[in-house]
Amino acid sequence: MTTTSSPTAPDTRRRDTDSVLTVEHLDVVYQVASPVHAVRDVSLTLGRGEILGLAGESGCGKTTLAYAINRLHRPPAEVTRGSVTFHDRDGQDLDLLALENEDLRRFRWAKLSMVFQGAMNALNPVTSVRAQLDDVLTTHVPAMTRRARRARCVEVFELVGVDPGRLDSYPHELSGGMRQRVMIAMALLLNPQVMIMDEPTTALDVVVQRGILREILRLREELGFAVIFITHDLPLLLELSDRIAIMLEGEIVELASADEIYLRPQHPYTRKLLDAFPSLTGERGAFIRSGASSSREQLPGTDPNEVDPR
Amino acid sequence: MTTLEVKNLVKDFSIRSGWHRSTLRAVDHVSFMLVPGRTLALVGESGSGKSTVARMIARLEKPTSGQIVATAPDGRPVGNRRFRDHVQMVFQDPFASLNPFHTIEHHIQRPLRLHGRAKSRDEVDGLVAQLLERVNLAPAASVAHRRPHELSGGQRQRVAIARALAPGAQVLIADEPVSMLDVSIRLDVLNLLARLQREDNLAVLYITHDLATARHFSDDILVMYRGRVVERGPADEVILHPKHPYTQLLASAAPNPEARGRSQLAVSGSIEASGPALPRASSGCNFRDRCAFAMEACAQVPPDFSVGVDHAAKCWLYAEASAPEHTVVEGSPA
Repeated sequence: MTTTSSPTAPDTRRRDTDSVLTVEHLDVVYQVASPVHAVRDVSLTLGRGEILGLAGESGCGKTTLAYAINRLHRPPAEVTRGSVTFHDRDGQDLDLLALENEDLRRFRWAKLSMVFQGAMNALNPVTSVRAQLDDVLTTHVPAMTRRARRARCVEVFELVGVDPGRLDSYPHELSGGMRQRVMIAMALLLNPQVMIMDEPTTALDVVVQRGILREILRLREELGFAVIFITHDLPLLLELSDRIAIMLEGEIVELASADEIYLRPQHPYTRKLLDAFPSLTGERGAFIRSGASSSREQLPGTDPNEVDPR
Repeated sequence: MTTLEVKNLVKDFSIRSGWHRSTLRAVDHVSFMLVPGRTLALVGESGSGKSTVARMIARLEKPTSGQIVATAPDGRPVGNRRFRDHVQMVFQDPFASLNPFHTIEHHIQRPLRLHGRAKSRDEVDGLVAQLLERVNLAPAASVAHRRPHELSGGQRQRVAIARALAPGAQVLIADEPVSMLDVSIRLDVLNLLARLQREDNLAVLYITHDLATARHFSDDILVMYRGRVVERGPADEVILHPKHPYTQLLASAAPNPEARGRSQLAVSGSIEASGPALPRASSGCNFRDRCAFAMEACAQVPPDFSVGVDHAAKCWLYAEASAPEHTVVEGSPA
């Protein structure tokens, strides 16, 4: 099973100037006693400014794939096959898997940044948020003056809609949504061309989630970065993404536009995932009480007026 | 017939920071009824007090004031000794709610013995097998001797449900029972709960932040916001025709595949989404600091106004439409 079965098959081979990241036949194996093949023969391209959704259950290899792209794996994880190519804005192609030391350090965060899963735990609890943002700038742009760094921190906070007055706060003083925004601000600091967001809104309330999604879309319009958005929440991806890749046991089993995935899912697993999320406003459909019928349907309690006499 | 009635439940937590003491009203005069065979969903954002309500019903937390009255099927009130036979809870995290040192069998035997459901060894073993099979953990013999780490999240949650049923509970409090589970097994577990409810005529309180499952899984919905029930009514009514501005905000914020192409992202722009971080309104309607329709009347706490059949909203917007109903209760005429 590869993406070749989907209508976007030529897409995966494409190396036009408008793509920013190409992953080809990537395999990642955890070399433990019985090796775990966590990512199998994954190929995809990410267009410049595109939002690509990556959906699947826990353990399907979504995060492993993201880590491989960002070169974050350590043994026992090993990329056994394939290539990851980054097409820089200036036309230069970078083979990410071959980057070493200084080159890798220069690449990471500056060109491709990541918003990690669980903002609650990704921030350092014992230093202020400003110190953590500052750290990124001092490491990557040593020439930057203190004043310029300050200004940049204020700027990214304003971009993500957090009051710059909160820069001196510690992570525990911020709400979950604000911490998530701080994480996004940190990922924006160096103006990357690609952002990988790994379940950035999973722990948040729907209203806060909506605010952050709106922020991501607005920033993308303004700054033009591409996003790989990883989540198990398919309805959210349908709304947000240009294209969606469905992952199952390390493979991408379907890759198509959001409309295609929603209206004409090809793979049985895609259909299963879609069915797992009942529509908020639509018909009850297959959800709940399929087969044996529901208490709603069986008891005389269907109509609220009827319940009382009992 | 009701199995559990909650009347004017209040819970205050005292907060100390340095010398300064203050109280936080986590639950503010919440009333509802649980009826056999029906599911009531309690929805709201984190910090809205929904779990505190659940914990008070399960007697894990003592109410500051208000009453929780359980009624046995024979119509008599359930006393303190029998309360936990009658009311059981399923927790959110099946990885934390089962003891890693004990076998699955042990988890189910203990409530059977402690609640006097079975005496002899054979009787206990028989009931354990029966319970495991009822939650689709078959063959029971192969599951019974395993320990929690050998089971998947979904299987563990099934064990937790079997354990809750073991004392013969009539009321099941399910606090986010599927939010920790993988998406593809959530429905199975909810469907299982629905089947068990039907078989045993259970009254279920389903606590969740997921509006879509709340709508499909339950008969009635209560929407909580900062300790108060702001809207209550039949599930479809509340979700499809929300009346309270907060419910409208929630419903518009939920991801909806029908609204592809980001059309929804544009709506509700007037309401800034950093709710819990704002200081709480000290008086009047809790929602007025975020509400697009806030007006002078909102300085007073609104009563429940009827906005449809069995459908009420705590909002002054509906003051003219109807006379206030101070005692709207689920499943009974106000």
